[in-house]
Amino acid sequence: MLAFITKRLAQTIPVIFGITLVVFLIMQMVPGDSAQVLAGEGASKETIENLRHNLGLDRPLYVQYFDSIAGLFQGDLGISAKSHQPVINEITTRLPISVELAFYSTLITIILGMTAGIISAVRPYSVSDMSVMVVALLGISFPSFWLGLILMYIFSVELQWFPVSGWDSVKHMILPAFTLGASGAAIVARMTRSSMLEVVRQDYIRTARAKGIRGYLVIYKHALRNALIPVITVVGLQFGALLGGTVLIESVFAINGLGRLIVESIRMRDIPMVQGGILVASLVFVIVNLFVDILYRFFNRRIDLN
Amino acid sequence: MEAQLKTQQEAISFDKLRKQQRIERIEAFINRMVRNKAALVGGLIVLFYIVIALFAPFLAPYDPFAIDLANKLQAPSLEHWMGTDDKGRDILSRILYGSRLSMGVGVVAVLFGAIFGVIMGMAAGYYGGWIDSVISRVLDIMLAFPGILLALAIISALGPSLFNVTVAVGVFSVPLFARIARGSTMEVRKLEYVDAIRSLGANDGTIIFLHILPNILSPLIVQGTLRLATAILSAAGLSFLGLGAQPPSPEWGAMLSNGRDFIFSAPYMAIFPGLTIALLVMGCNLFGDGLRDALDPRMKS
Repeated sequence: MLAFITKRLAQTIPVIFGITLVVFLIMQMVPGDSAQVLAGEGASKETIENLRHNLGLDRPLYVQYFDSIAGLFQGDLGISAKSHQPVINEITTRLPISVELAFYSTLITIILGMTAGIISAVRPYSVSDMSVMVVALLGISFPSFWLGLILMYIFSVELQWFPVSGWDSVKHMILPAFTLGASGAAIVARMTRSSMLEVVRQDYIRTARAKGIRGYLVIYKHALRNALIPVITVVGLQFGALLGGTVLIESVFAINGLGRLIVESIRMRDIPMVQGGILVASLVFVIVNLFVDILYRFFNRRIDLN
Repeated sequence: MEAQLKTQQEAISFDKLRKQQRIERIEAFINRMVRNKAALVGGLIVLFYIVIALFAPFLAPYDPFAIDLANKLQAPSLEHWMGTDDKGRDILSRILYGSRLSMGVGVVAVLFGAIFGVIMGMAAGYYGGWIDSVISRVLDIMLAFPGILLALAIISALGPSLFNVTVAVGVFSVPLFARIARGSTMEVRKLEYVDAIRSLGANDGTIIFLHILPNILSPLIVQGTLRLATAILSAAGLSFLGLGAQPPSPEWGAMLSNGRDFIFSAPYMAIFPGLTIALLVMGCNLFGDGLRDALDPRMKS
């Protein structure tokens, strides 16, 4: 186990460097001069040159890259071109909101998805199975941002059960979390169903039934435990997808998370903010995947030993 | 002389048999597709959208760009089946024309991802060694980004436009195709027939593109169909954020973005473009699932 964790960590480090390199190189392609943007319009040539020198933009690219990596590990992501505040300050206030949103959405994904998948698998090809699978198909086909708008119209405008936007209380969080979790729940439901159907065909399930164990006990005690192993991986991958999905959902519900910050910064051409936001979001994604892998391995090992 | 004739005849009859087997396989495939009701429905939906995109100018009752402020924000009626938007433009006509943009972006992005991905994946799988190591590491890094973040980075560098959205969505589709192409190539390259062709003097290019590629097409086509659904959703999402198609373009995501401002007073402005996207994505998913079951029963879920 320890060897696995070490190996997995060792694999993650080059990926992190790769990500920083890709983001850095893409941002070099931005047209225009960031020193000039930062100095503002009408700044004298001298001011721009000074600023360029102070920011270190007159140094060779590779020096700038290694400098920005060193900065990243010290929590220095540069200065916003708009607010002239350190990028990291804005990101540390916005990131927890996005993580919170992604976390609640994951909960919805797991609870809703697994429940629906089990209902389907218990009586395959029945009316309940077919209805769950049709809803799941709709869930992966609806654009999340559209679903958000429609839910907002029904529950916030017409029924007035929930507030339209913002992120202050649990009431604010229900609609966005559900919207974001819906497609993940649909994927998990399909996965749980097919995994359960696979397991139910195994010999040990037949043995359990032959021993006279009741139907639901066979499902919950014997089938479910083994069926959920592949589902865990899907859930982990979904968390990453959810993190990406926050970009859209935060814009729909006007939530001031990291995703919305990145989109607004792209519109305002605040390149240091975009770069910092994308870097931090990607790092969170990589780290979450690392944990999921280790967790998956952990669960699998316990089952191996059994 | 006689012996030579005999081998020739054997070769000819073998070739006939091979061709017949191929036709039988295609027939069996079509049979499986038609029997799979869900796949059939999916295929018909996709076909329906293709027809709309091709014949949009003949089908659209109004000019999708004609501003008519006297008739703005009208609810759906017999005259305007899906109502009119805030500038009095007919929503149905805009959706019909928009099919060309939204589907075009999806198709081009998937083709872009498939072409680059297949070249990279096949090179890695065929040559192995350091070429495989380098390409695999690049793919690892690309997969380490959530797709939409990579797309956002690319768009922030290239600037918001529908073309750049196509590039961005195409780029983040590359690793998926590459992984499939790499794995399948590695399997196929070890087969005897590849050795046989090589001993006949074929070069690597001929082997890869004429003899290995046709054998790994099925999983790539399945992935392409399913990927089309994701590409259309992602492109519409980026346009919804204002980073893709710009007004007055009738691209579906941009129409939704515009509709968001009127969700309280004129929800139909957002409802119809969204339903249009959802139906197409559903069609692609059903069709892709059906293709997967018909082409490769092993992958059946």
